[in-house]
Amino acid sequence: MNKLLKPETNSGKREGETSPVNRRSFLRAAGIATSLGTIALTSACKDDETEPMPGGNGDTVDLGSGDVGVLNYAYALEQLEAAFYSQVITTPYMGMTDAEKTILTDIRDHEIIHREFFKAALGDKAIKGLTPNFASIDFTKKDAVLGAAKLFEDTGVAAYNGAGKLLKDGGNLLLAGKIVSVEARHAAVIRDMINPKSADFAGDDILDANGMDKAIAPADILNAVKGYVKETITGANVGK
Amino acid sequence: MDIFKIIDNFQKIDGDALGRLEYATRRHFMSKVGSKLATVAVPTVFASIVNKAFAQSAGAIDVLNYALTLEYLEDEFYKGGNAAAGLIPATDKTIFTQIGKHETQHVAFLVKALGTKAIAKPTFDFKYNGAFADVFTNYKTFVTVSSALEDTGVRAYKGQAGALIGDPQILEYALQVHSVEARHAAVVRRLAASVTGNAAMKGWITGKEGAVPAIYAGEDNLTQGGKDLKGLASKTDAAISEAFDEPLTKEAVLAIAGPFIKA
Repeated sequence: MNKLLKPETNSGKREGETSPVNRRSFLRAAGIATSLGTIALTSACKDDETEPMPGGNGDTVDLGSGDVGVLNYAYALEQLEAAFYSQVITTPYMGMTDAEKTILTDIRDHEIIHREFFKAALGDKAIKGLTPNFASIDFTKKDAVLGAAKLFEDTGVAAYNGAGKLLKDGGNLLLAGKIVSVEARHAAVIRDMINPKSADFAGDDILDANGMDKAIAPADILNAVKGYVKETITGANVGK
Repeated sequence: MDIFKIIDNFQKIDGDALGRLEYATRRHFMSKVGSKLATVAVPTVFASIVNKAFAQSAGAIDVLNYALTLEYLEDEFYKGGNAAAGLIPATDKTIFTQIGKHETQHVAFLVKALGTKAIAKPTFDFKYNGAFADVFTNYKTFVTVSSALEDTGVRAYKGQAGALIGDPQILEYALQVHSVEARHAAVVRRLAASVTGNAAMKGWITGKEGAVPAIYAGEDNLTQGGKDLKGLASKTDAAISEAFDEPLTKEAVLAIAGPFIKA
């Protein structure tokens, strides 16, 4: 936790203003762990001792700071989603109907477009291409594939919702807004594929009593998805 | 690179108010951590925090009352539809009951958050000057209007994100509602496609594809972050337009919603 509480020298914030936010994010982790199906949150306190290197190096990829960090965070998630749906279309599950294939191909294309957009926008500040690890997903089974898709889409929605307030540039915030609603459309359609005509598309399992989607901080999202990527992604300075 | 330019005037409107907000939020979470009480107590506590923040930001009050106007509209629309005998087929009832529940929750949250500053519910007429005269008797019309309202809601919230950049917690609430409207929109668009026999209408917006043209103006945009994305990753214009939803200004939204509002 030390680095999280370290005062920033360039942002103009005092320590007293930054630490409560981080502490809160950390504490919130306890509440979201199960809903995202993550395994453990033990590394929430783990911190990379080396100074972050934007772009990453070896098996550790640091997302960087400020808005660039947030955009790299989005780029990392879009890389995972694009790789996942590419695999789904390359090796369709048993019994995939034409209608299902059309939907999943559409989503694949959207995620590839998001990925390539962030890569181009970030230019030389972009992190490297990540190596996905989907060993835990049985791509031959519809239930497994749609279950994973649901997890990725709900996670994407919560991630963008939680990252919005970290952005300092209005243009970047609008871009995130343009993408998050498309992720929410995906989430709804995938959930309706799993349980057609039910309330699950915006189910009580994911929304709160105010009828709101989740908004989750980067550290918690990175923990939730770490089993799906071979590199270790660090995002301690995202948005700072 | 344009999109990385940090704009100084998007700094916090009132640093002090934010400090108080963070302090109150932190205290709440510190006292509730590890307890299931947290999820139960959050709405009330958040509403009171939002109230304090509103006192400092007139801009946020405007945005949230604008959101409340649209949520009142949606809430009353689904109350009418769900109550109309024989309108919604049994197979689709669960979907519209769930959507209606959320709109009621959104209204309640906003009214509570705004407190005495909340506007009163307007008087609505869902016949839209006669254009949707059979909205509560013809399922096709009902689904069409529903899809239009949800997509408009998504565009409306998106259009206000920038105005809330100085109010981080309120921005986050707005985003949390925004994505729910998008979930609604996707499912209702697919229902509308099926009921009206329009196969071109998907859960996402291809070009300007939607029930009511004025609502989809600009949705076919291919330029993002100052870059023309045409041909990106060898994908079609259709796919690129689907991958990004577009905002609408408050003026454009109120022009669309205006005929629903009688007083």
